[in-house]
Amino acid sequence: MSALLDVRGLRVRFDTPGGTVHAVNDVSYTLADGETLGVVGESGSGKSVHVLAMLGLIPRPPGRIEAGEVIFAGRDLLRLSEAELRDVRGGEIGIIFQDPMTALNPVLTVGRQIAEPLMRHRGLSRARAWARAAELLELVGIADPGRRLAQYPHQFSGGMRQRVMIAIAIACDPKLLIADEPTTALDVTVQAQILRLVRDLKARMGMSVIWITHDMGVVAGIADAVQVMYGGRIVERGPVRAIFKDPRNAYTWGLLRALPDHGRRSHRRLHQIEGQPPDLTLPPEGDPFAPRNPFATPRCFTETPPLVPAADAAPGHLVAAWYDLPRLLAEREGAR
Amino acid sequence: MSRFLAGRFGESALAVLGVVTIVFVVTRLLGDPAILMLPVGATPEQLASFRAELGIDRPLFTQYVDFLWDAARGDFGRSFQHNRAAFEVVLERMPATLQLAGSAIALGLIIGGGAGLIAAMNRGGVIEVFVMLLALLGQATPVFWLGLLLILFFAVDLGWFPTGGGGSFRHLVLPAVTLATFTSASIARLLRSSVIDVLREDYVRTARAKGLMPRTVVVWHIARNALIPVATMVGILAGELLGGSVVTETVFAWPGVGRVIVQAIEVKDFPVVQAGIMLIAITFVSINFVVDLLYGVLDPRIRLR
Repeated sequence: MSALLDVRGLRVRFDTPGGTVHAVNDVSYTLADGETLGVVGESGSGKSVHVLAMLGLIPRPPGRIEAGEVIFAGRDLLRLSEAELRDVRGGEIGIIFQDPMTALNPVLTVGRQIAEPLMRHRGLSRARAWARAAELLELVGIADPGRRLAQYPHQFSGGMRQRVMIAIAIACDPKLLIADEPTTALDVTVQAQILRLVRDLKARMGMSVIWITHDMGVVAGIADAVQVMYGGRIVERGPVRAIFKDPRNAYTWGLLRALPDHGRRSHRRLHQIEGQPPDLTLPPEGDPFAPRNPFATPRCFTETPPLVPAADAAPGHLVAAWYDLPRLLAEREGAR
Repeated sequence: MSRFLAGRFGESALAVLGVVTIVFVVTRLLGDPAILMLPVGATPEQLASFRAELGIDRPLFTQYVDFLWDAARGDFGRSFQHNRAAFEVVLERMPATLQLAGSAIALGLIIGGGAGLIAAMNRGGVIEVFVMLLALLGQATPVFWLGLLLILFFAVDLGWFPTGGGGSFRHLVLPAVTLATFTSASIARLLRSSVIDVLREDYVRTARAKGLMPRTVVVWHIARNALIPVATMVGILAGELLGGSVVTETVFAWPGVGRVIVQAIEVKDFPVVQAGIMLIAITFVSINFVVDLLYGVLDPRIRLR
């Protein structure tokens, strides 16, 4: 598998009256052709902002990209002109947003909204784009597409609207599909349907997927690899099995512990991660998670750990931590 | 859609009925027309026979029903001044008012719409500040003063346009520009804030994420939504202007509805005043009806409710 996307040293800042927000800090990773990457983190971790920034979708000002390269299919997206980037957006890269209730234009028919990227990127006539839009609606599991195309978003339920958003995103056979918390605003049952739909579409169309979420459970269901972000940094990355079985960063461990055990009939209290996310206008020295980390060492407060291969771990498992989490966890077990 | 239409139509009809009733009540409150209209020193017999002639000696309810019936046929009595049907006197001034109001609205939409959009798209820049300052000035300038100034400069000093009157395109220019200053300033300010609201919407980000051309994004995704509140304001402006912009019509001696009503008030020509108020009310209600229909066109969520 060759790399489709290669992000190197991406740094995004927002200049606000309260100071400069260090939203994304030296984020580097690669995404292989056909790979599904789950990006996990809480609000403000930089998980959404970093993809919006590389597509030129953050408002500038106040946002600005301070450094980095984003090589997508051989070109640096950050060096493209706005016109060249427009050809990439919606054409080679499709995007699904979080809230399907607001992401569709209320005054245009669903058909027109699906047909737009086809006319723009594929040069289809209105009639042919409309016909293709009907096929796409069918593909995303909406019955009676001919009638549905002429309807408006408010005539669709939340889950159906998200299916429409997916139809728009995949309309031009993108090489990469970016899903920015696409299930967060939906019911749990609908979430599962959307997850399955994207998994099926990915298998059928062979595209790569970046799935952004705050929910570790969702990641387990869809991703090949997981990337955990905190304070605008990647704190851990690896194959999904490795991350779930053998977390090396205390934040990842905290996220996993916060998941409810569906299988077991336990009535234990859900664990939570104490404390507040960092104020990114004053990025702390050292590991941004250190103030909330029960395993923090003195070094965590003074020096930012680099993202390096974890010791004795699965290939491709990277972690940014000064402490040895498996050893600390074992000691804790022993002390009990 | 037809239920929406029927509902709105019913509301409009009720509003007109309300106005007719108010006009009826107010004219009864004005005092005894016999005393007003007959010369001082008329005998009680003369007054009584005049009252009988006008029908105002009958019970109020009978008078009200008659009044409604006459109003429905456009019969508001004869003008004392012109000795013709009062409604006719007012109605024949309608084309001039339509012409002036139509020009002011059209100019307002073109100039104000363009300026508002440009200001919003250049948010935080010098252009926005300049356009908005101009709009504030345009909205704050009294119409009569601006009219006089324009007459002084373009009619008296330069002699490009006549100082007043109606009948030709050259007569129309100065009053239309005077009114358009206000309408375009109002539309520019509203559209700017409306566009700025829409720019924050998720669906505009979606449109950009689709890689659409900026023109497509602005026209179909921003302007389409931003125009919905503007439709309301244009409706209100159109209603006011079609009722006759009294001040502007007076300053420019424009032969419109507003001016004929003012003249009728001056000589106590009540039938003409009544007919004028009714015409203004019906115009206002009709415009609102059209604006409601326009909402349906602009916003499918209203259409299908």
